[in-house]
Amino acid sequence: MPDTHFHRPQHFYKYDDYDRTLVAERVEQFRDQVRRRLAGELTEEQFKPLRLTNGLYLQLHAYMLRIAIPYGTLSARQLRQLADISRKYDRGYGHFTTRQNLQLNWIKLEDAPDALAALAEVDMHALQTSGNCIRNVTADHFAGAAADEIEDPRIWAEIVRQWSTLHPEFTFLPRKFKIAITGSPNDRAAVRVHDIGLRLWRNAEGEVGFEVIVGGGLGRTPMIGKTLREFLPKKDLLAYLEATLRVYNRYGRRDNLYKARIKILVHEVGVEKMRADVEAEFAATRDGLLGLSDETIEAIARQFAPPDLPARPDRVGAVERLKLEDRDFALWLKSNVAPHRASGYAIVTASLKPAGAPPGDASAVQMEGLADIAESFSQAELRVSHEQNIVLPHVAVEDLPAVYRALGQLGFAEANVGKITDIIACPGLDYCALANARSIPVAQRISRHFASLARQHDIGDLKIKISGCINACGHHHVGHIGILGVDKNGVELYQISLGGDVDFGNTALGTILGPAVTADRVVEAVDSLVATYLDLRAAGERFVETFRRIGAEPFKDRMYAAL
Amino acid sequence: MPLFREGGPAGLVVDDPWLRLADDAAVPADGMVLVSFGRWRAARAALLARRGPVGVALANTDPVEALGPDVSRFDLVVLHFPKFSDGRAYSQARLLRGRLGYQGELRATGGVLQDQIPFMLRCGFDSFESDQKGFGEALAKARTLFSVVYQPTEDGRAPASVLRQRVTEVVPVR
Repeated sequence: MPDTHFHRPQHFYKYDDYDRTLVAERVEQFRDQVRRRLAGELTEEQFKPLRLTNGLYLQLHAYMLRIAIPYGTLSARQLRQLADISRKYDRGYGHFTTRQNLQLNWIKLEDAPDALAALAEVDMHALQTSGNCIRNVTADHFAGAAADEIEDPRIWAEIVRQWSTLHPEFTFLPRKFKIAITGSPNDRAAVRVHDIGLRLWRNAEGEVGFEVIVGGGLGRTPMIGKTLREFLPKKDLLAYLEATLRVYNRYGRRDNLYKARIKILVHEVGVEKMRADVEAEFAATRDGLLGLSDETIEAIARQFAPPDLPARPDRVGAVERLKLEDRDFALWLKSNVAPHRASGYAIVTASLKPAGAPPGDASAVQMEGLADIAESFSQAELRVSHEQNIVLPHVAVEDLPAVYRALGQLGFAEANVGKITDIIACPGLDYCALANARSIPVAQRISRHFASLARQHDIGDLKIKISGCINACGHHHVGHIGILGVDKNGVELYQISLGGDVDFGNTALGTILGPAVTADRVVEAVDSLVATYLDLRAAGERFVETFRRIGAEPFKDRMYAAL
Repeated sequence: MPLFREGGPAGLVVDDPWLRLADDAAVPADGMVLVSFGRWRAARAALLARRGPVGVALANTDPVEALGPDVSRFDLVVLHFPKFSDGRAYSQARLLRGRLGYQGELRATGGVLQDQIPFMLRCGFDSFESDQKGFGEALAKARTLFSVVYQPTEDGRAPASVLRQRVTEVVPVR
């Protein structure tokens, strides 16, 4: 690897020797665990939680390695290494997930320690991407660049990452535990559908702190999270999290896998009792060692200092000209380019959803291509979004045409971000041992049917989310159109719901329309829902807004009549 | 069940001097007796009146806080893992050591496997019942498996966040 990659300034957390030592020691511990498993000294039951907390899942056909991309932030150098690992230990491609992770689907058990060692070379790991522990922390993918941001949530995500890594008390929780953090009033991290959601906001005194939201989640029993604490001072974050996790670890249900998430505990005891228990625990620990000193916060915050972006022009003649000449470019500017807080810059989303492709997949060559683009045009930095796209956070407006062309060569310049073909789908029955039905082929068919960009932009913002089973990895409950694969006597059927939303203030679970439809009718069903919307929308109204105004009936009647 | 003690002879089983008393068994006048939490609550005065040391064994659903005023009277507290994957006793251990200031022996029983030792040590356990092959050897090495920790706990190790503040401290070499 050329030296230049090593010396690019990095504008997010850099490992120091403590972090490197811990990750390296963890790799060696896992190497020994794999050796003992292969030698028959550990049963699969004993080995399972060990491999899971190291990111290794057993899927339908092979082991899957889920690599942590904390708060979705990656350097170009790290992405190159991921490409390399996918080539060396997998089949040369990977799948970016809704939790900002990367999954490699064809890993051999005996190779896993070497793959983890290769990750450690670039200060990465696969720790706690699975298992009944605190999972890899997610955050707004526009963090540090968004124009609407109050504070960079990644500072806090990194503090939580360190605190939660190999936490001795919380490695055998009743069930998995997901934390998401947003620093913007426009929630891009879906904080109301996580075990704990943290929302930074500024109170009347001008102080910034967290709203702590607990017990949200999708899965079998979807629930919107409830506010546990309206305003938590920042220095108390870890003490409050530890108090919440302790209450959950002690009192969360362990008798039934499907009732073991914290949302069930909150639901059963009520949020008032939950709050009383957490506050009592917090009162006993808040002045302890977990209090965050200004120096600790400052030391982490410094590492997220924004890059020095020299002033660039806001309006560029070449961009304006190309907008007139190339309609697709004009559409791309509308859907895939978001405002940056520095003038003369923009945030670009590379769509990993080209028409007809499996959502979120990237080949090693494509990953390297993205790394090249990030190095040339985006401070060598990238983000993974929970919508399974890749974000270039710091692009100069005058570079937009070049970035558009370069992404186009990779097949990632589809002007469809937020549109009907920007589909979230879980891996489904093509890969997953839990799935009842396939997800990816359904996404591909919808994507091909609505491939016309002009039509997509006419339809406007519409989020389709597809899960292959009720575990809801594709977040179908919060899709404007949600599609859930079910199995009925060996036939794959799809249940369709409407009106789900993760936008803050509007978070809602979708309404199931009626009987499930067969795989070959899903496209017609979606087409009918779209037609109903186009006929009945008021001026400027988005799909989900029309649904909220007129309800499910008009959609439902017409859809079932069309099938 | 073989018993191992932190700081005991490396890799070797130690003798268990404690008599584990069934709830309906008569209490001997002296000697080291281990009773259930229920029995402790029911017969606290009688148990304190006898000569020998007393220990208490908790189920992982027993309210550990209830031992608060009495922790200094115990020489042993036993916490149970019904399955290795049931982690409630980690919280009980930390509350005992951290909140209640318990200083005596803290023993893990039940699903106790070598890969849990680093977590258990950090939560304050110092003795372990396990029949897993290689457990004793693993225990002898467990303290050095991770030279860095991120959380302050009852084992008193300085987490990375504290070490980073101590500029004079020698940073471990990779």
